[in-house]
Amino acid sequence: MKVLPVGEDALLVEVSSGDEAQALHAELLRRRAEGSLSAREIVPAARTVLLDGLDSPARLAAELTAADLPPAPPRARDVVEIPVRYDGPDLADVAAHWGVPEREVARIHGATEFRVAFCGFAPGFGYLTGLPPRYDVPRRATPRTAVPAGSVALAGPYTGVYPRSSPGGWQLIGTTDAVLWDHARVPAALLSPGTRVRFVPGAGS
Amino acid sequence: MTDRALAVVRAGALTTVQDAGRPGHAHLGVPRSGALDRTAADLVNRLVGNAPAAAVLETTLDGCAVRPRSAVTVAVAGAPCRVTVDGRPVAWGAPVRVPAGALLDVGPAVSGLRAYVGVSGGIAVEPVLGSRSTDLLSGLGPAPLAVGTVLPLGRPSGVHARVDVAPQPAPPAELVLRVTLGPRDGWFTPESVRTFLSRFYRVSSASNRIGLRTEGPALERARPGELASEGMVLGAVQVPPDGRPVVFLADHPTTGGYPVIAVVRAADLPAAAQAVPGTPVRFVAVRRR
Repeated sequence: MKVLPVGEDALLVEVSSGDEAQALHAELLRRRAEGSLSAREIVPAARTVLLDGLDSPARLAAELTAADLPPAPPRARDVVEIPVRYDGPDLADVAAHWGVPEREVARIHGATEFRVAFCGFAPGFGYLTGLPPRYDVPRRATPRTAVPAGSVALAGPYTGVYPRSSPGGWQLIGTTDAVLWDHARVPAALLSPGTRVRFVPGAGS
Repeated sequence: MTDRALAVVRAGALTTVQDAGRPGHAHLGVPRSGALDRTAADLVNRLVGNAPAAAVLETTLDGCAVRPRSAVTVAVAGAPCRVTVDGRPVAWGAPVRVPAGALLDVGPAVSGLRAYVGVSGGIAVEPVLGSRSTDLLSGLGPAPLAVGTVLPLGRPSGVHARVDVAPQPAPPAELVLRVTLGPRDGWFTPESVRTFLSRFYRVSSASNRIGLRTEGPALERARPGELASEGMVLGAVQVPPDGRPVVFLADHPTTGGYPVIAVVRAADLPAAAQAVPGTPVRFVAVRRR
């Protein structure tokens, strides 16, 4: 674990894997909940956790560097189920990358338990991990200028669902009617870091 | 219909509603947002007797014009500009009474970029995640002002300040941004780090509420490969593949994949919000406090 100072009141904690980042994130949330850590933002990412708005970053940096990271606690939380139709325009390309028939993409993806590693890009957009590394896919060579809201997509090791229409270069494999972000709802985001997710093949898939 | 409202007569190039923003949601991909020149936004609220968290208007370059439906106290600060009520010049940087139905016109910036218009009671559009700020990156909060938009106002709670004119910093002729290096300065050659801290850049016209873009010597990476996405703070100086530093402002993305060479001190960001395209920029390294 490496702790890098960021500006005056933030720290970037770097770990060696996505799993460690998730464990660290869980631990930092636990500390904040019990009152031993004061941070305005705790932002997990691929292999880091950013802590922003700290009172004494230097002291915390020393403490974290010396600390042993406990493994991620088992999650008792429910699994969020997202109904999906595997009808995306890039399904054939993804099947070709994976070396399987198109139907098999839906089966593999639908049988995987995902977990939100981190969020970003847009409110409600989660970077979901869970597929084995052999199913990594490249981004599209030319990004689309508009990806429809509800598109279920793959890029690198991640699966994601576009909360609203936006440009994007991910491979589109399906569609969902699930509402990923609704600021009139509590919580506004369907997915937050750590959420377990399953895609449930629905009608038309 | 309530009389506590403003009708937009001239929207200007980009006028948005801003307050202190919505910190605390970065882990969901929600930018902090909020007024770029916090000093000026705080000042106009003080001048009209609002709480610091009240929402104000942030104009860009050419001001805006609004017509209150009831008498209100307003104050305009930030970028110096001509302010008129029904065509008659009134004070800038001081509380001004605007009668019901009169036209308040905030003229083009004489220098600087963004003027702030505080109105007694504050702009009372529906908050999203605790903030009324327009977030241009993710589209949260009210849309930028358009002609005909009617903005509700809150109830005035305080007494306006008794000042003839409030002192304010002038928009910068040269923008000096104090930075602390890191967290990814190691991704750049030592020569590039020296270049970053010693040469002049200029504010690019491609700047917006998301980032202050610069033109100047390109910074070279010391290492190839891609950085995995990581959390980004306000004031982060990200260096995209073209090598030109971008200073992240209020609507910045909460995670990003380009290395951050340094972070600008928060106290220097209001001046960055007022630096017009072409303004020389220097990044000066300071020690962490």
